[in-house]
Amino acid sequence: MEFIYYFGDVFAPVSFLLLLVGTIGGLILGATPGLSPTMAVALLIPFTFHLEAVQGLILLGAAYTSTVAGGAVSAILLKIPGAPANIATTLDGHTMAKKGEGARALQLSFLASAVGGVFGVLLLIFLTPLLAQWALAFGPSHLFWLAILGVTIIGSLDSASVVKGLLSGCIGLWLATIGFDDIMGAQRFIFHSSLGGGINIIAALIGLFAIPQVLTMFAKGRRNDNIEVIEVKKHAIMDAVRELLSRKRAMAIGTAVGSIIGLIPGVGGQIAGLVAYDQTKKFSPEREKFGTGHSEGVIAAESANNAMVGPSLVPLLTLSIPGSPTAAVLLGGLLIHGIFPGTDLFDNHPDVAWTFINSMLIGQILMCIFGLYVAGLAAKVAQVPQSVMAAVVLGLSVFGAYSVQSSMGDVYVMASLGVMMFFLERFGFSAAPLVLGLILGPIAEANFIQGSMIANATDGMGTYFLSGALNIVLIAIVIASIAYSVVMELKQNKAQNEEASA
Amino acid sequence: MKKLLAGAAMALMALGGNAAQAQDYPDRPIMMMVSYGAGGATDFQARIVTMTAGNEDALGMPIAIINKPGAGGRVGWNWFATQAESDGYTLAAYNIPHFIAQSIKGGVEYSADTFEPIANWGADPAVFVVAADSEMTSMEDAVAYAKENPGKLTFSGAGLFVGHHIAALQLEKAAGVKMAYIPTKGGGAAAMKAVIAGEVMAGVNNLSDAFRAQEAGNVKILGVFDLERNEFLPDVPTMKEQGLDIDNASVNFRGVMVPKGTPQEVIDKLSATVPEMFANERVAKKMKAGGSPMHIMTREEVQEMWAARQATLEELLAGL
Repeated sequence: MEFIYYFGDVFAPVSFLLLLVGTIGGLILGATPGLSPTMAVALLIPFTFHLEAVQGLILLGAAYTSTVAGGAVSAILLKIPGAPANIATTLDGHTMAKKGEGARALQLSFLASAVGGVFGVLLLIFLTPLLAQWALAFGPSHLFWLAILGVTIIGSLDSASVVKGLLSGCIGLWLATIGFDDIMGAQRFIFHSSLGGGINIIAALIGLFAIPQVLTMFAKGRRNDNIEVIEVKKHAIMDAVRELLSRKRAMAIGTAVGSIIGLIPGVGGQIAGLVAYDQTKKFSPEREKFGTGHSEGVIAAESANNAMVGPSLVPLLTLSIPGSPTAAVLLGGLLIHGIFPGTDLFDNHPDVAWTFINSMLIGQILMCIFGLYVAGLAAKVAQVPQSVMAAVVLGLSVFGAYSVQSSMGDVYVMASLGVMMFFLERFGFSAAPLVLGLILGPIAEANFIQGSMIANATDGMGTYFLSGALNIVLIAIVIASIAYSVVMELKQNKAQNEEASA
Repeated sequence: MKKLLAGAAMALMALGGNAAQAQDYPDRPIMMMVSYGAGGATDFQARIVTMTAGNEDALGMPIAIINKPGAGGRVGWNWFATQAESDGYTLAAYNIPHFIAQSIKGGVEYSADTFEPIANWGADPAVFVVAADSEMTSMEDAVAYAKENPGKLTFSGAGLFVGHHIAALQLEKAAGVKMAYIPTKGGGAAAMKAVIAGEVMAGVNNLSDAFRAQEAGNVKILGVFDLERNEFLPDVPTMKEQGLDIDNASVNFRGVMVPKGTPQEVIDKLSATVPEMFANERVAKKMKAGGSPMHIMTREEVQEMWAARQATLEELLAGL
């Protein structure tokens, strides 16, 4: 209960002002296509040099929280996820926006974010020591199986056909092998100097999602001027609250999956939203509605990606191990003030630790309030003429891809992937499984190589990868996930055959 | 904001060509490329040591950090060797032995001859760590275990052809044993996590990170891969003290360099001013607070050090 003593500090004038600035600024940065949470936090680092430790961390924490939630804005309105965390949000969110329900989708996403986010931070407050053990429990063999579990959902993700989903996934897995391999230093498929560092995930995200959108918009804008103006329906906030309360299952699954997966260093943040979306779909009686603008999809994805924020800081705050690139930047923010995460932080600087954590709790709520406030306004984006929108999005895409690491190479990668995706979409392939392959490839590969090196030096491959409670549980989930997909596919085929014969 | 400034500076550079006058150098902000991600040790230290660049007694112009991470630093240094303007407004941070080891291994566009050192700011030695509850308490224990179980002692480090890998190779050579070096993806943090979580039996890691982990009670540090004991860890003996003939070839030296072809006047100005800038009191305080050992060296000293490393590493990596 120690944290309650430090609640007052969050409301100290300067601290609270920074919290407000961080939250609002983070929402805007997050809503800009191509600006990821990591980048937003990195941009703020120089400012924290001049602030006190607590103030600096409050600013960084607020920016982290609200950029993740802000990413939903461009994901829903433009179908451009700001970060891997928001990919799942595009699947139903954008369809809703196309139907004129952008305001509803945004309200639901901010409310779900806040619920998930508050839950995640509460976990961080009450269960940190326990969670730290859990975060460490995942060794290379477990992470390998976790990545394989991710691969099993590729086929069913946002595709008309399982085969096309799997094919997109394979393209993603192949793209992931490009570049210098970090473990052995081997060069793979580097035909151009821009590919030396591999395909940057943010540049790829922008290309795969935004460019096909832009091309489609240009094509439409040329044919019929202003004919297709979407009417944006107003949506009362209280209705959104009521709807959220009636979607308890999506909310619970999203929050639980987000919190659990968010903990795992190096994996969590990127796939939490997608796994939560997939699980909610599997447990939902209305599973066929997913992908057609179903609110459960948005709720699950957004509650998961904000629930992950709190737990993702556990390895950093307790063990000084940054579990994600964003956490690495936060570590820098602590070190610059001579504060070492771990026992030093909680024993010698409890004011810093708890004020920071409390500020994230209040930040979640502020984020929700501001988010709801702008939701109605932002939804009007759908009324901007398509040709104008296309130009704006194209500009932001180039800017976003360049600014990831100040490299034109990333812009070329973005453009070529985008054009490729435009044609693939024509043939019924979709971007989400491709990106999932791109994310999971390196995780599966690196952990398999590392695990087999350890296994060869110790108990041998079989024992290392196939024994131990956690391995067996993960393998069981993998098998269950595949079996479920097969059974569902067969059922669907049977239903179709009956329909055809009737 | 700094990125924007640097972007503007780069645009100006492209417009104005290479007409910079050496005598009024610098008359606009300078960019410094760090080939690791924001938040990493190199990035963190680079930001601290350059924070006083704008002072009148230093360069009088701010230095903006630009990150070009990827492939263990190869992406950034490749860019620096092939595409950076050599007019003194584009600096880069170097990591020794990383870039020299990578150039010996091949497949990159750079070597010690494509860059001109300016000054060195830090030296972060590698250390040998084990989990806090490990039975090993000295290097002797570790070597004894490795002798009894050849190839079975697993120990982690941040990838191949980086300081940790060099230290691992030196250890195997000096002790005359075979061990299982496990390179991790995700830098020193991932390698440290493997040690704390018990995935591997031991690890090679940065002194600064290991010092923090030891303070937090997560690991024990058994030895330092350096010539002398470190001020942060006065109680931890060096490898040599423990009977292992290992020098400082794996120490991670960090400093500033420019591309070959930069005007001599600019190099002279920088190499006179930059070591002074590193010696600033505020810089020293911040570096110490962050647990980052400083080691300021002038251009001549760095040139010697680079040449020495080149020779040692060529010998060590021969046949790999």
